[in-house]
Amino acid sequence: MRINCPICGDRDRREYYYQGAAVTLDRPAPDAEEAVWEDYLHLRENPAGRTRDLWHHEGGCGAWVVVTRDTVSHKIFEVALAADVKGAAR
Amino acid sequence: MRFSGWRVLREGLTGNKGWAPHWRDPEPKAEYDAIIIGGGGHGLSTAYYLAKNHGMTNIAVLEKGYLGGGNVGRNTTIVRANYGMPGNSEFYSHSLKLWEGMEQDLNYNVMHSQRGIINLFHSDGQRDAFARRGNTMIGQGDDAELLDRAAVKRMLPYLDFDNARFPVYGGLLHRRGGTARHDAVAWGYARGADQRGVDLIQQCEVTGIDIENGKVRGVQTTRGPIRAKKVGIVVAGRSGQVAAMAGMRLPIESHVLQAFVTEGLKPVIDHVVSFGMGHFYISQSDKGGLVFGGDLDFYASYASRGNMPMMEHVMEAGMTLMPMIGKAKVLRSWGGIMDMTPDGSPIIDKTDTEGLFIDCGWCYGGFKAVPGSGFSFAHLMATGDHHGPAAKFRLDRFRTGYGLMDEEATGAQHNLH
Repeated sequence: MRINCPICGDRDRREYYYQGAAVTLDRPAPDAEEAVWEDYLHLRENPAGRTRDLWHHEGGCGAWVVVTRDTVSHKIFEVALAADVKGAAR
Repeated sequence: MRFSGWRVLREGLTGNKGWAPHWRDPEPKAEYDAIIIGGGGHGLSTAYYLAKNHGMTNIAVLEKGYLGGGNVGRNTTIVRANYGMPGNSEFYSHSLKLWEGMEQDLNYNVMHSQRGIINLFHSDGQRDAFARRGNTMIGQGDDAELLDRAAVKRMLPYLDFDNARFPVYGGLLHRRGGTARHDAVAWGYARGADQRGVDLIQQCEVTGIDIENGKVRGVQTTRGPIRAKKVGIVVAGRSGQVAAMAGMRLPIESHVLQAFVTEGLKPVIDHVVSFGMGHFYISQSDKGGLVFGGDLDFYASYASRGNMPMMEHVMEAGMTLMPMIGKAKVLRSWGGIMDMTPDGSPIIDKTDTEGLFIDCGWCYGGFKAVPGSGFSFAHLMATGDHHGPAAKFRLDRFRTGYGLMDEEATGAQHNLH
């Protein structure tokens, strides 16, 4: 699997750290209800197919990227800087 | 049909004409007392114990493919009870006891081999941690022995003891641990359930779960609707999709875990051995193949196949630990879809829908749990009460933060187990 970093270009999966579903971009308010925090921290769509998740290019430029990919075929559709999509993840 | 040595002899002398299919292939009825979604190891053992322990025989197991075609047929067959956390410890202890009586109970040869598991350690700190774990296992009533370097050398002379980065300091031996023939476990439970009247319905995919006024009424399938007042979801890596049919989201991310097997070799590795580096573990099947694996690939996946980096890492770990396996040719590699929870421990619980139960989140350790999971899930479905050894496998522990079982102490967060 190779991920095309918007800054560095096409790089091996080994340069990246996988954080998980991109819902983590939308952090709830500190005083949000328990259910909202559970949703954010633990509950997942876990789709078999198209998904958006967050990777850290730790072995490269250090950018956080949102990767749109297929969990069944491992095909990658889009890679965008998390800074550009923050707030629009859900 | 009962299996015995005498029977094998008789069939051998009479042309093997007396064997019958191990289970029926029934048409689904319009209604059952209970439905199990998922004909894997856990689903089949749940059906078996519902029938055997609770007298519920008007039940069906619905399987979208063929029985035992999922993770129970794709794992590395290890059976053990060496967990450290309250909750896990009593559950796996109970499960191992069921393993020890399984072949007699099912009248089925599952080739359960208690050849011993040795977890190697490579530093003083790791020795302390393993000593503590061993004491926890003994405290639970199971067995554990701390081996020093010389004792490990006698048992596993083929290791690279003086590796510069990971010298072998000793190991934690769990003698009652071992392996079993994975497919046979599924088949044995399937046959046992079928003999008690359970309908095992294959090629029957559940496409919807019918819920009225907060109560489950049945399921929609590719072979028509089936009514039932109790439905159990036992679908491992596919838990997210099936739970979504009931409007639920689960604390589960499905990941791929790879495993590997070499060509058949003469007996060389007599135990299950795990390396304190990168989760590498290895055993030798009765057919002679070296069966080994390591960590998850560490990204959400339903692909049933992994990528090269983890493959390379596993091979490197194997070569670091036991250079002698370097000339063995890898025959196959494959990936299973693991239902990973944030704390790495499973879920056996009711849901917010009355009559709908869920058994999932077995992460990469579901095989050894097959008997215990079925036993406890059947108890929950039949009686409505949590079964003692599995009472801590609650769905709400992630919301409340109470009773998390983070065996590896890495934090109860997705992607850390």
